[in-house]
Amino acid sequence: MLLSIAALVVVVPILVVIATIVVRGLAAISWEFLFGMPRDGMKAGGIFPAIVGTILLVLGTAVAAIPIGVGGAIYLSEYARDNAFTRSIRLAIVNLAGIPSVVYGLFGLGMFVLFLRFGTSILAGALTLAIMTLPIVISTSEEALLSVPTEFRTVSASLGGTRWQGISRIVLPQALPGIITGVILGLLRAAGETAPILFTVAAFYLPRLPRSVFDQTMALPYHLYVISTQVPGMPLSIQYGTALVLLVLVLSLNLTATLIRSYYRRRRQW
Amino acid sequence: MVSQVRITDGPKVQIQQVGYTYDAKSVLRDVTLDVPPNSVTVFLGPAGSGKSTLLRLINRLNDLVDGTQLTGRILLDGEDIYAPGVDIASLRRRVGMVFALPLPLPGTVRENITYGPRLAGERSHAVLEGTVERSLGQAALWDEVKDRLDAPATSLSGGQQQRLCIARSLALEPEVLLLDEPTSGLDPISTAKVEESLFVLKSQYTIVIVPHSIQQAARVADQAAFFLMGELIEYRPGDQLFTAPRDRRTEDYITGRFG
Amino acid sequence: MNQSQRKGLSEFFLESLVRIAGFSTVGFVILIFLYLLQQGVPAFVRVSPANLFGKSWYPTLNSFGTLPLILGSILVTLTAMIIAVPLGVATAVFVREIAPNWAREILKPMIEVLAGIPSVLLGFFGMLLLSPVIYRLGAPTGLTAFTGALLLAYMSLPTIISVAEDALDAVPKSYRDAGLAMGATQWQTVWRVVVPAARSGIITAIMLGLGRAIGETMAVMMVTGNAARMPLTPNSLFSPARTMTATIAAEMGEVARGSTHYHVLFGIAIILFVLTFLINLTAAQSLFQKRRKGGLR
Repeated sequence: MLLSIAALVVVVPILVVIATIVVRGLAAISWEFLFGMPRDGMKAGGIFPAIVGTILLVLGTAVAAIPIGVGGAIYLSEYARDNAFTRSIRLAIVNLAGIPSVVYGLFGLGMFVLFLRFGTSILAGALTLAIMTLPIVISTSEEALLSVPTEFRTVSASLGGTRWQGISRIVLPQALPGIITGVILGLLRAAGETAPILFTVAAFYLPRLPRSVFDQTMALPYHLYVISTQVPGMPLSIQYGTALVLLVLVLSLNLTATLIRSYYRRRRQW
Repeated sequence: MVSQVRITDGPKVQIQQVGYTYDAKSVLRDVTLDVPPNSVTVFLGPAGSGKSTLLRLINRLNDLVDGTQLTGRILLDGEDIYAPGVDIASLRRRVGMVFALPLPLPGTVRENITYGPRLAGERSHAVLEGTVERSLGQAALWDEVKDRLDAPATSLSGGQQQRLCIARSLALEPEVLLLDEPTSGLDPISTAKVEESLFVLKSQYTIVIVPHSIQQAARVADQAAFFLMGELIEYRPGDQLFTAPRDRRTEDYITGRFG
Repeated sequence: MNQSQRKGLSEFFLESLVRIAGFSTVGFVILIFLYLLQQGVPAFVRVSPANLFGKSWYPTLNSFGTLPLILGSILVTLTAMIIAVPLGVATAVFVREIAPNWAREILKPMIEVLAGIPSVLLGFFGMLLLSPVIYRLGAPTGLTAFTGALLLAYMSLPTIISVAEDALDAVPKSYRDAGLAMGATQWQTVWRVVVPAARSGIITAIMLGLGRAIGETMAVMMVTGNAARMPLTPNSLFSPARTMTATIAAEMGEVARGSTHYHVLFGIAIILFVLTFLINLTAAQSLFQKRRKGGLR
């Protein structure tokens, strides 16, 4: 039927993209590629620093975005009343979610690199990514918290529990799978974004691992961008290989989130 | 947690000229009644009469709702429970509540019972175990679940879950137990078991219950209060209210002319 | 301080912490906007409106006509929407109303996978594999506005599909039952009863997809050819073009801080910020009405 064609048109290209990258990129994957340092202006050798850089950025993003994100979600779900203050927060979240990634890059440049003088650094990049990830974490965490039945809170109160005791002992643990899923999806986005790290942290040819949070680093998305557009003579296999590594990273995060979600949904006690 | 046995000569709970509005609508008007200790007091009336609301005022569960206003006083052992500075958590441990639907907390049977005491700071494993046995016994549930203490609470039947909720409240050794239509979701056998346990419990606790039906009220009430549209119409010893109601409206309700 | 007072104090402390966390979002939005303003306003001061809204973008020659960029964004985005909206709504209807369970189990994860594919990855694919196809189909080059629009469409699809699906989900079962009871076929019920009922939610989905599309950077940058030309003829669709986002990303790294070019790029960022703000604001209004109230207040 007509509609199923639409669905096919949507789904088939996804499979084509994935399949192409896998097929053409597999050839480049080797121990040296994954764990070796780049050589010869990136035309040979491995992409280990880029992998490490991406991992570090994701970790940094997590550290910054999770407390604020989950904390904000707890506020919205458990404490906030329906007033102008709360509405302004929700408006801000929708806004932050919609800001183009390149604008985040500009902001990161101005605020973290220049104004706070962190320089082009992992710190600046992670903080920029964290603000970008914040709305995703807050939204999904709030949804997870709201899905926990109100009754639990009432029961906890009737047994002499304070609001925070109810939250920390019942609501939060029950919402945790949903929160974790949301965090992973947010980090997945952070791992793949290029524009926010363009001006805040990314270095192209840095054949060593970063030495501190104030150091620059290579990162997978930026790396892919540069080797596919700025470097003449870059072997195709390396390009596809890098793409494949990024793809695998993103897909495995996706898979983890999905698995966590479905596992806990089945075990739910409400 | 040391149980404090209070020997009071006077009423356990005193409701004095209580009025309550929600969203500018008057839900309770000028209600005054005294609840004697160690007995079962029943709040009776059609839907919307305010009986459940009044119940929740006694353990301040209504605090969780916005847009409300309370006039009058409610005293527990002679002390105003709405006075500023009152420790609400402690109040709710002294005045426990069981809800209309079984609401087990996520976790095992044991975890459900020990939740309240652990919140209050009880750490001793021995004490907690003793509490589990005692309160399940008081709720007439011990024999049925003693081998299943570590099973999820949701694996119990509806009637067992509700008795678990009663046991959960009893774990805190409250002085007053409020029950809001506790048997409304239960089959007759479970209902009978719950009502039976009330007879035993009242020797130790003061019980206020919004019954599921008039018949249940007649079965369990020592005192019965009839409410209509937020007002207390009649409040008398149970056998008198059901056999010889003084007010016409009470009689109409009891005989089923309106529900 | 007795135990309950101590507990009260720590409760207050915790509540303040989460309140601050919540409010930080407002703080960030304000901060970002103020910073953009601060860096962008000099552009409006130093460059005449005639220049700024002129037709030629040659920053090295002090020609800051942003019109080609704005029109480029509009062209690419609009085309993307024309592709994505019917596709997305149709898919949402299919998944929610018609697809058998096994199909649903495959489709939904796939759409989530699409949502997770990074922009640069799609751009890479588009550059190496899609644009040659476009080229072979007759375009002067493979790097065109249309290529960008195609990629953009696929990037917006997950947003459109999932919000539209939610909207369809929210239509009460009784509507469908009523339609069938009146003798309508499932097809008629879906298109004449359910979809119109979900209309406002579907519009929200489209707006959110639009917001996503306008803000997309890397994929378009890699495939649209990055030529800042005025896209005024139908042919322009199959010629290179440049979006506002690509301009900022491509040129920011090369400008001198404090130069006019630098400030103009921030000015473009302001335009983007305001655009996406307005779009998301409108979309958000209808989203908020569906909020459930949870927790204890």
